[in-house]
Amino acid sequence: MLTYTIRRLVLSIPTLLFISIVIFLLLQLAPGDPMAQVPLTVPPEVKQQMREALGLGAPIHVQYWKWLVQFFWIEPQVFVDWLTRDSFFFGWLPDTNLYTGQLRVISWQTRSPVMDIVVQRLPQTLWVVGMSYIVGILIALPIGIYSAYRQYSLFDQAGTFVSMIGFSIPPFFSGVLVIVIFSVNLGWFPSIYDTTHVVTDWASFKVQLNQMILPVMVLALQTTAQISRFMRASMLDNLNQDYVRTARAKGLKESVVVLVHVLRNSMIPIITVIALGIPSIFGGAIITETLFKVNGIGQLLLTALFANDLPMVMTLTFIFAVLIVLFNLIADVLYGILDPRIRYD
Amino acid sequence: MKLRTLLMGAIATTAFTPVVYADGHEGDRGRDGQLNIIYWQAPSTLNPFLSGGTKENEAASLVLESLARFNEAGEMVPWLAEDIPSVDNGGVSEDLTSITWTLKEGIVWSDGTALTADDLIFTHEYCTHPESGCASVSYFDGVVSVEAEGERGVKITFDAPKPFPYTAFVGAESPILQKAQFQDCLGARAPECTEANFGPIGTGPFVVSDFRPNDVITYVANENYREEGKPAFATVTFKGGGDAAAAARSVLETGEFDYAWNLQLAPDVLDRMEAVGKGTVVAAYGTSVERLHLNQTNADPALGPDKRSVFMNGDNAHPFLTDPKVGQALSMAIDRELIVEVGYGAGGQPTCNVLPAPALYASEANDCLTQDIEGANALLDEAGWVDTNGNGIRDKDGVELSVLYQTSTNAVRQDTQALIKDWWSQIGVETELRNIDASVFFGGDPGSPDTFQKFYADIEMYTNNFAGVDPEAYMANWLCSDIPTPATQWQGSNIQRFCMPEYDELVEKMSVTSDLEERGELAKQMNDMIIQSYSIIPLVHRGNPSAHANTLGGVKMSDWDSELWNIADWYRIKN
Repeated sequence: MLTYTIRRLVLSIPTLLFISIVIFLLLQLAPGDPMAQVPLTVPPEVKQQMREALGLGAPIHVQYWKWLVQFFWIEPQVFVDWLTRDSFFFGWLPDTNLYTGQLRVISWQTRSPVMDIVVQRLPQTLWVVGMSYIVGILIALPIGIYSAYRQYSLFDQAGTFVSMIGFSIPPFFSGVLVIVIFSVNLGWFPSIYDTTHVVTDWASFKVQLNQMILPVMVLALQTTAQISRFMRASMLDNLNQDYVRTARAKGLKESVVVLVHVLRNSMIPIITVIALGIPSIFGGAIITETLFKVNGIGQLLLTALFANDLPMVMTLTFIFAVLIVLFNLIADVLYGILDPRIRYD
Repeated sequence: MKLRTLLMGAIATTAFTPVVYADGHEGDRGRDGQLNIIYWQAPSTLNPFLSGGTKENEAASLVLESLARFNEAGEMVPWLAEDIPSVDNGGVSEDLTSITWTLKEGIVWSDGTALTADDLIFTHEYCTHPESGCASVSYFDGVVSVEAEGERGVKITFDAPKPFPYTAFVGAESPILQKAQFQDCLGARAPECTEANFGPIGTGPFVVSDFRPNDVITYVANENYREEGKPAFATVTFKGGGDAAAAARSVLETGEFDYAWNLQLAPDVLDRMEAVGKGTVVAAYGTSVERLHLNQTNADPALGPDKRSVFMNGDNAHPFLTDPKVGQALSMAIDRELIVEVGYGAGGQPTCNVLPAPALYASEANDCLTQDIEGANALLDEAGWVDTNGNGIRDKDGVELSVLYQTSTNAVRQDTQALIKDWWSQIGVETELRNIDASVFFGGDPGSPDTFQKFYADIEMYTNNFAGVDPEAYMANWLCSDIPTPATQWQGSNIQRFCMPEYDELVEKMSVTSDLEERGELAKQMNDMIIQSYSIIPLVHRGNPSAHANTLGGVKMSDWDSELWNIADWYRIKN
């Protein structure tokens, strides 16, 4: 298993390099001008000077090489410095001071390091999107199990109906709907997420909870829909297997049959599905974040796209690519651990 | 209005302040607590020189200030300067080549150090550095030197007579940076100063306490602000993100926010939200005019690339749009009130001028506000345009009154196009409509046939305006020499290819006239010349709608400066 993991890790390096080239070239080919949002009243020659100040004049291969060096050599230095200086786990190590002031990956909109903004945005994305993922899974699993166990019952039909709604109603509709109902008409929850809010005590925790409910609700509906369907299908596959009949025949209680024998075997594909979905948490939820002004990674990517902020878009999409490759690997390895029948070596 | 009158106005305003105070909202600094502002496009930086975007300029205007600002009427108000220099008070030299501002006494930065001429000299150096890519560099056009004069004087010298010298250090786009903070950030090093760019030290009523790019800014009241008891708010949250509808909702319907910016929404949507009764929609009018440009050159597709829509010294005139009678009929057939009602609501007013404001420059000679289809028909009959072949379209000498009418893709513009097409069909003019994606239409790519500069159509519609309050450069847009041609890579601002030697003379005259009233007269004459040539048909004077909570007092929206220019005077209305 270890050799397999190492082999996959080594193979992912050329894959990621190839992905980075493709992203870079696609962004170069896409039409767009980072000065498009500057008002018409700013003269064209001033706009040209501003473009040159951003480094737009350089040839394409030079721009790509610069980005590679900045992302793979300079940013890790900054990260290691931060680890040994301020982080909780490695703060006791001596300061490394690797970073000596070279140019980092700089955003065109803000003229500041992209990674600093990403780090600033991660908490709200992880809180809201991550929480909705957990909530979604916690709701989905029992629904999936019970729907399969009582297939075609009233509960199963209702579960199917709700999942279909979750699949087919996009968040730009459900999001606005819950805002109109719960913020505008009832006034229970805020429609705008306050990213500066700090949880210090019980009261501020309640405020945080309050502002998270609506976005988490909208996102969890979609997660629930997907995972409960998978869970149901997987349970159904296993419920008709011979080993289930054997278990019942030897007089095991029904709860043991379903929750121990069947559930454990059905969870194997579900865990893979859940692991493969984790990168999308870091990717944020572009529409829902924008709707509730959560301003996490998704909203960051969206504004960067609108502003043609190529370094920001490039870095974000590449981070997503790394996460997807990584979690694919993790899912494969997990599969091997959970299912003794599967061996890669 | 002479400058002296303006000054009197400023004095009168100061005299009026105690009356406002008697309203019952005087008191200590920070008495009204928290103020929430939402800009649905979030600011990316607080250094306006590095961005040039409106959202950044306005967010920075709470902190950074300039020598003079423009109030809601477009009049200059001395801000960090004692008064507005003029030739009369000796502040502007007789030959119009220099201006000397005097800083108010005792102004300090929020860190407690004094504002001096050095800071202004440095700001000039910072913005004009060749590698900086400063967005406001045009505000320093023609400035040769900035130097200290005496204790509080700052002398700006120009390379040539400058009849309107109030550009450098005036308004939200040209604020003053602190030398001590930015001196290591010149030129190519500007982006390295993230801390300074995200938290500039200013003289304004608020100080940045936390800046998160493209997300949210928090400010606290500036303890060193020059006016006692101001600002009324102790902290400001400046939230970004979402869209215009959500921003409007948060002020007008849920009341979570106190002020929302740039609410270009369908009039019925905005009206419905306002009806909830929590807030008010306000609009500031600058110089933006939605207008029709009537191509004065022949745009016939049969002509080759060297001739189509090329001016050729007047030898390639449009078959009928150069006839003012036709233009006049087209203008008379339009019901501007209805266009405003359908597409603009609080964000627009019908107008008959291409230069609608400031009041000093706005002509009153043109009247077009009542639709007159019958009159238009009569006018065309009289000019000899009649339907001889019975196809429902007027013609003369074998030329049919048939136009191609293009604009950018945008719901309001397509509604307007449909309305106008219908009205023109009622006067026997056939209209073919076309819309082009905005990024292509305004993109300026000389290789594309669809740019507004190339104008491969008979009529096109868009909005233009100018920054600041002085229309000299704007009126010079319509010089004969500014006509876009293949030789200039289709660059040039005289889009409709209007050319009149008398007009060029007036532009020349304005560039040497310094008396404000005389400049106003010249601008009016030029406006009337263009309007009466019917090469431009103005439709709507567009405003910027914003919304504020009914509990927020003191809002005076100005389109000439940052909308938040007088935020130091805002207060909470308590019932």
